[in-house]
Amino acid sequence: MWKFLLPFAAFIALAVLFAFGLNPKRDIHALPSPLIGKPAPPIALTDVMDPTRPVNNAEFKGQVYIVNVWGTWCEACREEHAALLEIARQKVVPIIGLVYQDQRDKAKLWLEQLGNPYAAVAFDTDGRTAIDWGVYGAPETFLVDKRGTIIYKFISPMTPEVWRREFLPRIAAARGAGA
Amino acid sequence: MNGYIRAALLIVLALCALGGLPARALDANGQLEDPALQARFEHIAKDLRCLVCQNESIADSNVELAADLRRQVREMLVAGKSDDEIFDFMTDRYGEFVRFNPPLDRKTALIWGAPFIVLLLGVVIIIRIVRGRSRMPLDDEPSPGPL
Repeated sequence: MWKFLLPFAAFIALAVLFAFGLNPKRDIHALPSPLIGKPAPPIALTDVMDPTRPVNNAEFKGQVYIVNVWGTWCEACREEHAALLEIARQKVVPIIGLVYQDQRDKAKLWLEQLGNPYAAVAFDTDGRTAIDWGVYGAPETFLVDKRGTIIYKFISPMTPEVWRREFLPRIAAARGAGA
Repeated sequence: MNGYIRAALLIVLALCALGGLPARALDANGQLEDPALQARFEHIAKDLRCLVCQNESIADSNVELAADLRRQVREMLVAGKSDDEIFDFMTDRYGEFVRFNPPLDRKTALIWGAPFIVLLLGVVIIIRIVRGRSRMPLDDEPSPGPL
């Protein structure tokens, strides 16, 4: 009897494994960030809109904020832009933009044409800040708490639904925690 | 005939020798002056995954992130950092997944152990099959013909 049951059980086990592995909702490129629970790396760059204006995330310490990594070469960033504008309108938390692997004038034009949801937009000239943040693509969105600790990273375009489901509860919890 | 075989062997050997040539780093002006550092660089770059393309190392990949990471590795080598310090720098930022050869620890034990588990399973299965067969009558031997 087991001679027939065993292959059948093996088949079921494989089918379940594949069902998980091939789930189209699962992004195979999304990796857990080792930076969650760690202090946010410093951002000490200049603003896309004005190269004489420094952008430093140390200034945002003491409040919950978001860091959104994007580039004009990134189609998915165009997709999420409306959601970011909507989030900015809600004025829940400031959004710091980090422009990645891009040209300053292109990024500037993008913001002038599509609107600027960012409290500040840092221009990463040589990709070093992005390396410190463990960035390997765009868009990526980090949530940083009042103590300056990264508490969440979302890889993929931001949507109103993701914002409600993943970000708002965490922001409320981070605020509730005080400190 | 012998000559053909010898020629074929020579071609195969030549191809093998070509395959053994060290992979060229992509950056034209990126060669480190110290050959020892360059050797360490190539070794490290081959063990770091390019996270954009995921199945390529940063030594093989052409994307910008890989170029940035190669520059990072070179700078750290020149600054006198050890291989472990460089790998730690990368795993601190990108996680263990960035390494093609993750170190053996509790989390990666299954990955390293899986081939041996499968091998053991195979041995057990073969032993069972062989034992089962040796108990069977030898009916597929040619029956002895009339003497």
